[in-house]
Amino acid sequence: MMIKRCSVILANQLAKSNSSSANLLKNIQPLSCNGIRWNSTLLIADHTEETLSPLTLKTITAAKQLGNPITCMVAGPKIGPAVDALKTVDGIEKILTIESDSLKGWLPEVMVNVVMEAHKKNNYSHILTGASSVGKNFLPRLAALLDVSLISEIIGIKSPDTFVRTIYAGNALMELKALDAIKLITVRGTAFDATPIGSADCPVEAFAAESATAPANVKWIKSELTKSERPELTAANRVIAGGRGMKSGENFKMLFDLADKLNAAVGASRAAVDAGFVPNDLQVGQTGKIVAPELYVAIGISGAIQHLAGMKDSKTIVAINKDPDAPIFQVADLGLVADLFQAVPEINEKIDKYISK
Amino acid sequence: MSLKILVGCKRVIDYAVKIRIRPDNKGVVTQGVKHSLNPFDEIAVEEAVRMKEKKMAKEILAVSIGPQASQDTLRTALAMGCDKALHVNVDEKSAETLLPVQVSKILAKIAEQEKVEMVILGKQAIDDDCNATAQMTAAHLNWPQATNASKIESKDDKTVLVTREIDGGLEEIEYKLPIVISADLRLNEPRYATLPNIMKAKKKPIDKKTPSDLGVDITPKMEILSVQEPAKREAGTKVADVDELLTKLKEAGRI
Repeated sequence: MMIKRCSVILANQLAKSNSSSANLLKNIQPLSCNGIRWNSTLLIADHTEETLSPLTLKTITAAKQLGNPITCMVAGPKIGPAVDALKTVDGIEKILTIESDSLKGWLPEVMVNVVMEAHKKNNYSHILTGASSVGKNFLPRLAALLDVSLISEIIGIKSPDTFVRTIYAGNALMELKALDAIKLITVRGTAFDATPIGSADCPVEAFAAESATAPANVKWIKSELTKSERPELTAANRVIAGGRGMKSGENFKMLFDLADKLNAAVGASRAAVDAGFVPNDLQVGQTGKIVAPELYVAIGISGAIQHLAGMKDSKTIVAINKDPDAPIFQVADLGLVADLFQAVPEINEKIDKYISK
Repeated sequence: MSLKILVGCKRVIDYAVKIRIRPDNKGVVTQGVKHSLNPFDEIAVEEAVRMKEKKMAKEILAVSIGPQASQDTLRTALAMGCDKALHVNVDEKSAETLLPVQVSKILAKIAEQEKVEMVILGKQAIDDDCNATAQMTAAHLNWPQATNASKIESKDDKTVLVTREIDGGLEEIEYKLPIVISADLRLNEPRYATLPNIMKAKKKPIDKKTPSDLGVDITPKMEILSVQEPAKREAGTKVADVDELLTKLKEAGRI
C-alpha cells in the first residue's frame, strides 16, 4: 500500500515538475517508504526585516551539496527585501513565504509551528538553517518535536547523512553519520562560500500558515541592536580585534580608526568584553561569534583556546603582542612583538601608503 | 515566587585542558584527564542559587546525566547551594553517543515528576558544543524557552522578564512560567564553593536513577565515524617592525 502511495505521489510530482524524470528518479532512489516521500530540502532563510543575511547564501551552498531540490522558507513580520534577494539565487526550486506580525522576534515557540506545518505538507528529508542566534534557537526545538537529533553547526557535508562538525572548541573534528530519517542541521556560515546572487526568477508561493499565532505565554518586548557603519562581524572580509592588552574601552578607538581605513569589522576577546571595554556582541570565540575573514588582526590578545576557536580558520592571522610567548603567535602567519600602544598608532599613520586602491 | 528549580550539571573535560585525540580516532582521551562542571552550567547553578537567596525559589534540584563520576559535579553544585541532586547513570560507552535529543527527554521527564516550574541549563556544553538541550527540553515540556539569557528579572509571581543575547545585540522577552532558560556567559559570575559548604554538601542527598527508570530510550541516533585533529596552521614568521608587517600584508594582497 505504501508503495502504491509513493507511486501516486511520484506520478503527481512528474506531472507538476519540470525536472527530467531521470533527475527525479535519482532523487527518489535512496528512499524507503518510511513517511519521507523523496529527498528534498527545506531551508529556512535567515534575514533581518531589511535584508537577507549573508549567512543564508552560505547555507544555500551547503544545501546544494545535499543534491536535493531546495525549498527556501522566508518567514517574518516583514519579508519583502529578503524574498527579492533570494528570488534571483540559482538553484532554488521554490520560495515559501510567510509574512505575519506574530513572527516578530522570530520566537522559536511560533517558528517551530510554522516550519512543522510546512514539513507535514511536504515531508522534507533535510531541514537546514544557518547557525545564527535565530536558527540556533528554533531548530533544536523542532528537532525535539520530530524526535530526531540536531546536527549543530556543520562545517562539511560528506553525503546526505554524513557530516563534519567541530567539538571541543574547534580542537577536534567529528565526522558523524546521522541515523534519523529526517536530518535537522544548522550550518556554520564561515565554512561555506556564499552562493552568488544570480539572475534566476524563482517561483514564490505564499504559505498560509494557520499556526503562525503568537503564544499566550511569551511576549516579545524589544531588541537593542548595536548600530554600526562597519561591516557585520561574521560577514566581514577583515577583522581587527582587541583584547585585554587594550587596557580600556577608549583605547579601542585606535582599532575603530584602523578598521575604517580597511573597511573591517571590529571584534574583541572575551577578556576585553568581560572587562567592559566593548559590548559583548563583538566577542569572537567559542562562546561568541565564529569568524573566518581574509585578514584577522589580533591586537593585545593572548590567544586562549576559547578565542582561537572563533578565529583560527581565518586566511591570514596577524598578531601584535608584547609577550613573545603568547599562544596567539603559534597560529599567527605574521607576528609583531611590540607594544600595541606604539605599533597601532604607527600602523594607522602609515597604512594609507600601503592600502591598495 | 516560591519556585522549584531544576538545574542541569554536565561533567565535561575542564576548559583549560588541551584535549588529545584517541589513537582509534573515535573520540578524545578522557581517562586521567581533569573534568569539571561545564562552565555554563556553573552559571545556571549560580543563577538558581541567587534566586533562592532572593526568595524567588524555594528548592533547587541539580541533575547530572552520565557515568558514575558525574556525582562529583553534583557535589560541586550542592556545595554552591543546590538543595538536592539526582544522578541519572549512563555508562561511559553509552555516554559517548548520548546527545541532547536523549538528555532533553530525561530532563523533561524529571521536571514533570518533580513538578518544577523552571529549568535552568547552560547554553551549551563545552565538549560537544551542541547548544540544543535547553531548546529540546522546552519542546518536550511544551514550555517557552529563553535561551542565551544574560539577565532574568521576576515581574510578578508567574512572570519573568529575560534579556537574551542575540546576533547584533540584546532582546527582551516576557515569559509566563513554567519556563526553560539557558544561561549565557554574562548572566552572572559563579561563586566559589567554600570549604564549609563543600563539607555540608557531602551530607546532602544524591538520588540515583537510570534512563530506563524514566522510560527514556538512549539508543544512539548517530554513529561517530571519526574524530580527528583539525589541520594545523603552518608556522608563521615574526616581523621586525610595522613597515615589514604592512609590506608583507600588501604582498599577500590582504590590504
